[in-house]
Amino acid sequence: MAKRVGMEVAVAVAEAVGQCDIDMAAVYPITPQSHIAEHLSDLVADGKIDAEFVTVESEHSAMSAVIGASGTGARVYTATSSQGLMLMHELLPIASGMRLPIVMGIANRAVSGPLNILNDHSDIMPQRDSGWISLFVENGQEAIDLSIQAFKIAEHKDVLLPVCVNIDGFQLTHMVEPLEFPDQELVNKFLPPRVPYATLHPSKPVTMGAFAMSDYFTEMMKAKDEALKNSKKVIIDIWDEWARMFGRAYKPVETYKAEDAEILMLTMGSMGETAEVAIDALRAKGVSAGLIKLRLWRPFPFEEIRAAAKNAKKLIVTDRAVSFGGPGGPVFSEIKSALYHEAHRPAIYNYIIGLGGRDVTVKDFIGMVEKVIPYNAEKTVDTYEFWGVRE
Amino acid sequence: MIEVRWHGRGGQGAVTSVELLAVAAIGAGKYAQGFPSFGPERRGAPIAAFSRIDEKKIKVRSGIYEPDVVIVLDASLIGLVNVIDGLKPGGKLIVNTPKTPEEIKKELNFSGVVATVDGTGIARKEMGVPIANTTMIGALLKVIGVMGLDAMKEAVEHRFGRIAQKNLTAMKRAYEEIKISN
Repeated sequence: MAKRVGMEVAVAVAEAVGQCDIDMAAVYPITPQSHIAEHLSDLVADGKIDAEFVTVESEHSAMSAVIGASGTGARVYTATSSQGLMLMHELLPIASGMRLPIVMGIANRAVSGPLNILNDHSDIMPQRDSGWISLFVENGQEAIDLSIQAFKIAEHKDVLLPVCVNIDGFQLTHMVEPLEFPDQELVNKFLPPRVPYATLHPSKPVTMGAFAMSDYFTEMMKAKDEALKNSKKVIIDIWDEWARMFGRAYKPVETYKAEDAEILMLTMGSMGETAEVAIDALRAKGVSAGLIKLRLWRPFPFEEIRAAAKNAKKLIVTDRAVSFGGPGGPVFSEIKSALYHEAHRPAIYNYIIGLGGRDVTVKDFIGMVEKVIPYNAEKTVDTYEFWGVRE
Repeated sequence: MIEVRWHGRGGQGAVTSVELLAVAAIGAGKYAQGFPSFGPERRGAPIAAFSRIDEKKIKVRSGIYEPDVVIVLDASLIGLVNVIDGLKPGGKLIVNTPKTPEEIKKELNFSGVVATVDGTGIARKEMGVPIANTTMIGALLKVIGVMGLDAMKEAVEHRFGRIAQKNLTAMKRAYEEIKISN
């Protein structure tokens, strides 16, 4: 087994990307992603990886540059956060529409205003419908593993879609913690060189991102939707392969003490392990509580969510972003949709937590579960609550 | 699990210290976290940084509010910041100061264990700079005792290269010279 080393997670993500034989990266630095940008540019400048690091003047340019480079057949990487991702927004559906296997790390951070540099999921949520595969990690090891897997998923001939790996800003990016790097030879075996479906080349002209009016546009959208839905099978296969080669297993939906739990809680991202500690404490007090951790945000794992929630009486969904004026947080909406047609479904409650870096502790998670214990599960609850808000 | 809160000023190297400590502890086969107080930092402004060390995998990722140990890199922060805020009953306070532990106890009206060492004096003498962040790791290791000073060697050498030995010497002096109250 590989040796555990202590390293800051953002630096480790750059190291992991450096193991992937990338040809080109264009990364514009932004807190809390900056250490990814800095370390990746170090790796290139020091000659440790044979890649082109394109310095750009904005995130819009970074995404434009990786789209162009990916079109030539290169393996490409970018990373961003918050306002940077918002600036890329215009280009994200173009990347997926052109079926380019770009990999992007996102150091998730709140979006302005007011200006805030700390962690929540309000940067990725507005990108939900851009046609990207969207994965969430809950610790540094997963950030390494998924950053490598993302290339294989994106480049698979049955997928050919861009992938973003969501890595909570600060809580993950700025944490020094124990990490294992996969053996380089095994990574080379797991991730062979990209075989592009088509490439831009002056001597063999092709058109990518062509014009489509009402005669073809619907078909293109349907094709993208199908590709994204079908990617789940490939993702699961690739995770199985990873487990066989590297010993760490991944699933679209992870559960913790959930099978027999009457009350389930659902988290996405870095709060999952803190919530596990709360579940242990609740179990010790005799509360039948369990946890669901959503790893795959797009494509959304409907069947897995239904299977995980089927025995519960109550389900608490936590969201780290707000859908202003909407039915609740974005994760809550999806979970409700997933369970709507189920004959036996739990009562679902929604807490908006951890906005703009507000800490969520073990005590908070215990409090959320204890709050819903006396609720009558038969009664529908249509509202959501900002946990711990001062009014 | 041991949880430590570091107090310093931006630029005094508290974040470097928590990184070195975590890297060294992990290198010694333990589980550890090191993280800054999240947010923008300004040189000279009071800042905090945090360490967790355990024998088993650490799951909690929230902040540290009830530390076992507080270490103060800059004694001028006492009175400006409530350095003993949330310190667990039986928790220990370590201060970089030439004063005695009893003097600090009196200043803070604190009845727990206080340990003091003139880290800045040692750093000035051994390294020629008044920056005591690595020096005070020696003081911390003496107080928490989870691993020996030798565990720091590789991490310090990796980080500081040719000036590593001076850091290690200063660390050792703090380890040996720290005074711990009852």
